[in-house]
Parts: sequence; C-alpha cells; structure tokens
Amino acid sequence: MGYLGIERSKPRIAVFDFTSCEGCELQLANKEDTLAEFLSAIHIVSFREVSSTDGSDYDIALIEGAITRGDEVERLRVIRGRAKVLVALGSCACYGGVNKLKNAFDLDEANREVYGDDPKETLPVRPIKDVVPVDFEIPGCPVSKAEVEHIVQHVILDVPYQFPAYPVCLECKQRYTVCRFEHEQLCLGSITRGGCDAPCPAGGLGCWGCRGPAADPNFEEFFALAKAKGFSDREVSERMSFFGGFEVAK
Amino acid sequence: MKIDLDVDVHHLTRVEGHGNIRVVVRDGEVREARWDVVETPRFFEVMLKGKHYSTAGILTARICGICSIGHCLASLRATEDAMKVTIPEAAVRLRLLAKHGETLQSHWLHLFFLAAPDFLGLSSALPLLVSDPAVVHLARRLKGLGNRLCDVVAGRTTHPVSLQVGGVAMMPAREKLLALRDELKRSFDDIGKTADLLRTFEIPAFERETEFVALKGENEYPWIGGRLVSTDGVEHAERDYRKMTNEYVDPNNTSKWCRLSRPSFAVGALGRYNNNYRWLHPDAAKAAADFGLAPVCHNPFMNNVAQLVECIHVTHDAIRLIDELVADENAPTMVEVQPRAGEGVGAVEVPRGILYHHYEYDEEGRMVAANCIIPTTQNNANIHLDMPALAKHFATDGMTDEQLTLLCSMLVRAYDPCISCSVH
Repeated sequence: MGYLGIERSKPRIAVFDFTSCEGCELQLANKEDTLAEFLSAIHIVSFREVSSTDGSDYDIALIEGAITRGDEVERLRVIRGRAKVLVALGSCACYGGVNKLKNAFDLDEANREVYGDDPKETLPVRPIKDVVPVDFEIPGCPVSKAEVEHIVQHVILDVPYQFPAYPVCLECKQRYTVCRFEHEQLCLGSITRGGCDAPCPAGGLGCWGCRGPAADPNFEEFFALAKAKGFSDREVSERMSFFGGFEVAK
Repeated sequence: MKIDLDVDVHHLTRVEGHGNIRVVVRDGEVREARWDVVETPRFFEVMLKGKHYSTAGILTARICGICSIGHCLASLRATEDAMKVTIPEAAVRLRLLAKHGETLQSHWLHLFFLAAPDFLGLSSALPLLVSDPAVVHLARRLKGLGNRLCDVVAGRTTHPVSLQVGGVAMMPAREKLLALRDELKRSFDDIGKTADLLRTFEIPAFERETEFVALKGENEYPWIGGRLVSTDGVEHAERDYRKMTNEYVDPNNTSKWCRLSRPSFAVGALGRYNNNYRWLHPDAAKAAADFGLAPVCHNPFMNNVAQLVECIHVTHDAIRLIDELVADENAPTMVEVQPRAGEGVGAVEVPRGILYHHYEYDEEGRMVAANCIIPTTQNNANIHLDMPALAKHFATDGMTDEQLTLLCSMLVRAYDPCISCSVH
C-alpha cells in the first residue's frame, strides 16, 4: 500500500483475549470480502486464536474481554507496558459486558453452586479501563468489523474517523426498518450509540444497548415512551444493565 | 537409546480459549501427560437466575463467539420444552438452516485457519496470503457463504437476533434465499478443491478406543433434539441428559469433566459420524469412504475429515431446506408464547458436539435454575486421557520435543475445542 509512491509502514498489531466468548476477535476473520486486503494492510504480531506466532514487539494491542482473575491483571499490565496504543475491543472490554451480570450475585455462593467444594478463583468483573489506561474503545456485542476497519484506517492512514454521536434509531430510519415499538417490543435504539448499522431491529429484535449511550441521550423521553408502551421499570432497567454500557448513565 | 521428551505448552494457540499441555517422557516411559483447561469461569448458570424467558437465548448466545447460534437454539428448545410451545414447521426449517450456516462457517474456520497450518508446516494461515493466495480465497469463499446463510436467516452470524422463543422473527426475502441456493450449488466446486487439499495432509496414525456420544438420527442425520445414543450402546431420552454426561469437578481444571461407560467419552463431528453415518447424503458418504473414514473410527485426528464430510452433507441439506421454504414463503414463523412454570431440556448438535441447556422457570417465566453442558466440557477428559496414549505411541527413536509438541497440539486442535465455552 503506497501513497504518492511512498510505502507506509504496516502497524504491528497484537490481539489478546481475556474473559469473553472470543466472538469479537472472530469478527476480524469475518467480513470475508475485505479479509485479504485487511490482513495485508497490517502486520499481525500475536493473535493466539488464529496464529502460533507470538511476538512481543507491537504498536497496537487489541484487547477482548473483561478482567475476572488475578493473573489477568498481571497479563494486562505487561501488555499495556509494551503497546503504544491499547484498544478495548467489544462490550466486555469496554464495560464488562454480560459477564458483569455476575457481580449482582454473591461470588462465594456462585462458586459453590457451580464447582461445589472445589471453588475456582474469580473476582468481580471489571472493564479494561478500570485496570489500565485505554486509548480507544470499540464497543459492541460483537464489534462491527466495518467499524474496526475504519479505526485501523484512521490509525494507519489518518483517515478521519469519529465515533458516531447519533443513536441507533437513525440507522433504522436509513434502513427503512419499522420501529420495534410499533411491534410492541422494547428497544433501546433511541438512546444507544449508533455505528452498528442496526442489525438487531432489522432482524426483529429491539436494541439491547450493547454499544452504550449515544451522545447526550434523552433518557427522560425514552423512559416516558417505554412507560406509555406498557414496559415495566424492571424490564427497562434489566435491559439497560445487560451489557454494562449504561451503568454510569443510570 | 535413551528417550527423554518434554512438552510444555502454555496457552495453546489456534484454539478458542485457554488450555495447557504437559508431557514428560523419561527412558521411553510416560511419566506425565496432561491437558488442562485454565480458562476464567464466567458463571453463566448463576447469571441466568431470575432472568425473563425471552432473555435466556440472548444471554446464553454469549457463551460462545463461534457457536452462538447453537447455544441460542439449545436455549430456545429448553425454554419451549418448559413452556409447552410447538413452533411452526417453517420455523423448524429456518432454525435448521441457520444451524447449517453455523456448521459450515465453524467447520471451515477450523479446517482452514486452525487445523490446516499444522499439516502445511506453517504457524498460521496468514503466510498463505503470499505463498498460496488461492487457498485463502477458497477458505474466504466457503466460510463467507456459511456466514451469509446465518446473516440472512438469523439476522447476524455472531450472536443471532431473529431466533426467538416461539419460532423465528421473520421469513427471509425469497430472492435472498434463492441467491444463497445458487451460491450453495456453486460451492461444491470449492468443496472439491478443499477435499483435494485435505488429501495431501498426512493424518497421524493414532487410535485409542473411545466411546462416542451424539443425538440419535431416526430418519435423518440429527442436529436439533431427539434421543441420545453412544457407540457403546447406551441410549437415553433428551430429558435424561445427565445420565449421558455425568459431570464432575477436576481440581486442575476450570472446565468440568464427563464420563459414561468408560472414564471419558467424545462428542463432535466424528462422534456424530460414528453414530449416524447411515443418514449421510450419498455424496458425503462417498467422501468419507474416499478418505478411509469408516465407523466406528477411533482416530481422533479423523475428526478433521468428519468435518469435511459434514460440510458436504450440510450443503446438500441447506439446498433442500431452501427449496421447502420458498415453496411456502407465507407460512407463519412464530407462535404466541404464554409464560408458565415448568422445566425443559434442549439438546442440539453444535459444530463441536452435543450441547445441552436445562432450565426451570417460575409461573412468571423467570428462571429458577439453569444448567448448560458444553461439547468441549464433554471432550476435555477424553483429550486428557488421549494424551498419555499419544505420548506412548510416538515416544520412539528419533522423536524430538518439537515433533511431539506439534503432535500433542494437533491432537487438541483436532477436537476443535471451544474452551471458553467449556468453562462458561
């Protein structure tokens, strides 16, 4: 890849997984139509899920998953020390994700229930930013590969990129998706940050808010609408705490 | 000659999740041979408590980034069993079509990106971008088709949105289904090329007598629900899954272990093949014969071949399903659900083997108790017990630490483990 005949140096990227389903990493190998171009624009130094090559000399570290054990804290600190840019990839890394639902329970009891008399180490779930400084956050469950590509272009080629400030609602309008409230479904699309291209409402499911709040969300209007449509406070609050993105906003 | 060998793999690569291998051979004798899962537990069964029935499928899909559709389907089946819901025929077909999409994307991902590099002497598939781009494009096309099937039917490949309690949210547009049908037809060319590539792989000659567990095919190769069967002749109803799994805690593993007639058993493509080979599409059965795959096959490395065989079967079956769906495109895909108290079990054959979800709901449709038993959880003890047999088999003159490390790693990868899933 050259610009005016000058070769750009490929960024050295490493991908690491912590407590998660590894679905966000998998998105990097999906979107097959641009896969070859994407991979040839970067240099993958370490990506355990798909490669046995393991280098420690990287510029950008993509981190998937939340932190739930002592050894993860140590591993993350080492990575932070090596990476120039550290990116939290996906809702688990950004907010704790669904893992965080665990924090509402007594962990000793949870351990006894699952492992009986042989409990395994587990800590309350924390997002990456609660352990080390984070340079970029790419939320989503899973992340949108198109958005990851935009951000990589931004980092390599200075292509301007800004996280969408607008809500998911706007993208439903662009896709001609009928509002899920019209189908008597609860939907967080009006208060959730867009950029995902609204696949859930288009697929028949109201938004669950995996990308966290949009800029300046109108919570008051949203709560009023949800109430008018007959959704209980419990339903609304369960929905908003599902991925952990609205924790601060609530 | 004195044979001393050491294998020490910390966080095995090219598998989903975190596990370690340790083998010590002294004077030709296996002193230690272990496969241990060290993944962080997430406590999904605890998180599910109190959740509304409509949430269970959305939450449990997040157990796994590769087989999220399988988890969602097992979850829906357990919930619908508990609430006595019968979904429409069209929804049954759509769910199986989404499942086939997942089987294709997952098997192709494993064969090309996780397993193939070992047979080609590479550390990953990435160098192929330069040395043999045609293979990468082959992989890209096949895996892409699997993903598009999922996108069209389930709304998204990873963490589906259209698969809901009561059926499937909507019937995909006719033209989208027909376009997929064309693509599936054309993909047999690519599958043939993949078979040619696989034929060049030297599959390690290693066998250990193993019991294989799968859903029992009654009239067709089984994927969603039905009786449970093993190659040792054990058979149980879906609801009696615990008699098939017998989970217990091992002190060195965050994944639980399972056993049945022997100290361990195996599930997955090879397990399905060994129990249900007679229901394969003739083209798939022919491919199996071409590769020397015959029931009951006790070589775990042949799971790679069984995955290819299943891809052929599934591609044919996906075409059949699309034909049936477009023949009645206005058929209902959803039924109303009334929450009620009850207990239900869902067993689904996901890419890595049989998966069970078991739920208990109160009268408001809130979860009282949940249990999920994952295919890799069932395989972990078997992999662990394969390890000393493999080490013994290959601890011969001329074997090096590097070669044995590669063989042990290839063994684990052959099971295509989903480790974070197995710990959940």
